[in-house]
Amino acid sequence: MRNKVATAALLAGLGLAGTAFAETKVGVILPYSGTYAALGNEITDGFNFALEEAGRTADFTIVQEDTEVKPPVGLAMARKLVLEDEVDVLVGVVSSGVLGAMRDFVDGAGVPLIVANAGNDGATGESCSPFITRVSFSNGQVNRPMGQWLFDQGVSKIYTLAPDYAAGHQMIAGITGAFEAAGGEIVGGEFTPFGQTSDFGPYLINAQSSGADAIYVFYAGGEAISFVKQYGSFGIDTPLYGSGFLTSPLYVAAEGEAAVGVTTGLHYVPTLDTPENVAFVEAFQAKYDRTPSEFAVQGYDAAKLLMGAVDAGATDRASLAEAIPQVSYTGPRGPLMIDPATNNIVQNIYVYETVMGDDGTLTQKVVDTIEAVQDAANGCEM
Amino acid sequence: MDAGFWILQFLNATQFSMLLFLLSIGLTVIFGLLHFVNLAHGALYMLGAYIGISAAAWTGSFWAALVLAPIAVTLIGAVLYFTLIDRLRSAGPMNQVLVTFGLIFVFIDLVRIGWGDVALGLNAPQVLSGATDLGIVSYPTYRLFLIGLGAMVMAILWIVLSKTQIGAMIRASVENEAMAKALGINVGELFFAVFCVGCALAGLAGVAAAPVLSATTGMGISILIPTLIVVVIGGLGSLEGAIVGSFIVGFIETFSAAILPGLAAILTYVLLAAVLVLRPRGLLPARA
Repeated sequence: MRNKVATAALLAGLGLAGTAFAETKVGVILPYSGTYAALGNEITDGFNFALEEAGRTADFTIVQEDTEVKPPVGLAMARKLVLEDEVDVLVGVVSSGVLGAMRDFVDGAGVPLIVANAGNDGATGESCSPFITRVSFSNGQVNRPMGQWLFDQGVSKIYTLAPDYAAGHQMIAGITGAFEAAGGEIVGGEFTPFGQTSDFGPYLINAQSSGADAIYVFYAGGEAISFVKQYGSFGIDTPLYGSGFLTSPLYVAAEGEAAVGVTTGLHYVPTLDTPENVAFVEAFQAKYDRTPSEFAVQGYDAAKLLMGAVDAGATDRASLAEAIPQVSYTGPRGPLMIDPATNNIVQNIYVYETVMGDDGTLTQKVVDTIEAVQDAANGCEM
Repeated sequence: MDAGFWILQFLNATQFSMLLFLLSIGLTVIFGLLHFVNLAHGALYMLGAYIGISAAAWTGSFWAALVLAPIAVTLIGAVLYFTLIDRLRSAGPMNQVLVTFGLIFVFIDLVRIGWGDVALGLNAPQVLSGATDLGIVSYPTYRLFLIGLGAMVMAILWIVLSKTQIGAMIRASVENEAMAKALGINVGELFFAVFCVGCALAGLAGVAAAPVLSATTGMGISILIPTLIVVVIGGLGSLEGAIVGSFIVGFIETFSAAILPGLAAILTYVLLAAVLVLRPRGLLPARA
């Protein structure tokens, strides 16, 4: 009984302490069901972890909504959070389709949105908005640096594969443009039916007989697992490169030995040897008992931007929208800042190879760093 | 495109056909015998993969998983049979489709709760990993195993259905249920047994496919569509129809992906439409 009273007193004390600050109301808008539910959970964990680590969970009231990877649902949830819950800021959005559906509403309502995943190039290009800040990546940004890098490794001909939807096309456009500009040749490529392709055998045989020096692909989630395993089982001797989502730490274990030697580029690798990242990975592992993925870091950095803006004195929608893109800091993925021309992130892209660690589990070896990769304005006018 | 290319694509097509066969035979026989459209069949395939992955983790053996997963899926199927399917037999196709379609989502959410949202993989056993040298080409050993497994199931089902008394009873019940009952065949028990075999094959397909594909919550729905196309093209209820349909769909999907990738997504649907117009009962329907 005494304990209960003590706890109640403590809670009351915390509540008082909480009200001493002006609370910021945050609408977290992510998929918690459907294809991308795993990403939604990773981003949420990263976001909450940053608030807890800073000891500031009491400063923020969080309302979570599920977008289900459906653009109309995403828009409805954005409306609900903005009009009904009256949040000060929105954080999240995994699917570019959902972002596209929400864009005009968020822009019109003047609510700041921190994009924690959706990589559509156009979102910080022709349809950019001063209210939308992206702290994740753009599809072109992750792949473009790999063009010159691959060519410098002596690769002169590549064959590309990706799922047949907007992100697949943008990822491949990023690599092919840069690779050709570097002097390389695209000998062939294919876009596989998205969500319907489970057997990549026919495409792998085509890639193998194309005469390419290397195969460059973008796949994610279940498709990435199937693709890498099947690539391994066919014993194809053409080396495999790709966008780093292919061998994301989130599911690389399911790919098994087939992933060893696959080299990809991404904006975050959990084995980065910087003091910021080592400390982050250790603390994250202690709490969640798993290695943080790039998605967790995107959520983490979204929270960092938000806290940075509040620290700079932002209190309402207008001041937050102004302050969020001003925040820059060095975090787990290295130095990051927001490009004032597009509100897209400027960050390092790391080339990493998946290797077998000493303990028999797959891990990542960073082989190269391309610093401060910045997207062109792509028709963005703030 | 040399000879090796064509041989590899031929093997790819055969392997995919075998997977489709394992799934469609259960679906088509259940329909032929029970007049029941069990859309939850795809969900049973998904459960086979997930249960197989857990069973392999617990026992440390792929082979144990290959046996345990079909058994577990059969038990789940039996529960479904007594709680829902038997009661819905006279409810009409619309109710059956609605209930079993709903079951898919129930099972997807159960899998999400039990196994999480991250896609999972299963490693092939050591003897079946790597590639086998076939002279002109080398081909993944595990895929050869899948082709062998499918051929074996096909042979067993063919012998049972065409050469044994049970097979004769099943064929008689498909042909004319009332007459079969009049001749003293216990149609109810027979139906239940056939339903269980169909579920076991769906579970077997799931666990056998897991090392090639990955286990995702979407796998049950995405495989359901080609499986239904196989059943419709082949003709509802017949073993021969399922075999022929599987090979037609498997070969068209594989070779269109390899040669005409732009058309890969639509060619099977064109074929489906053509069959529905020209032979609405399928190429080899069970009832003459």
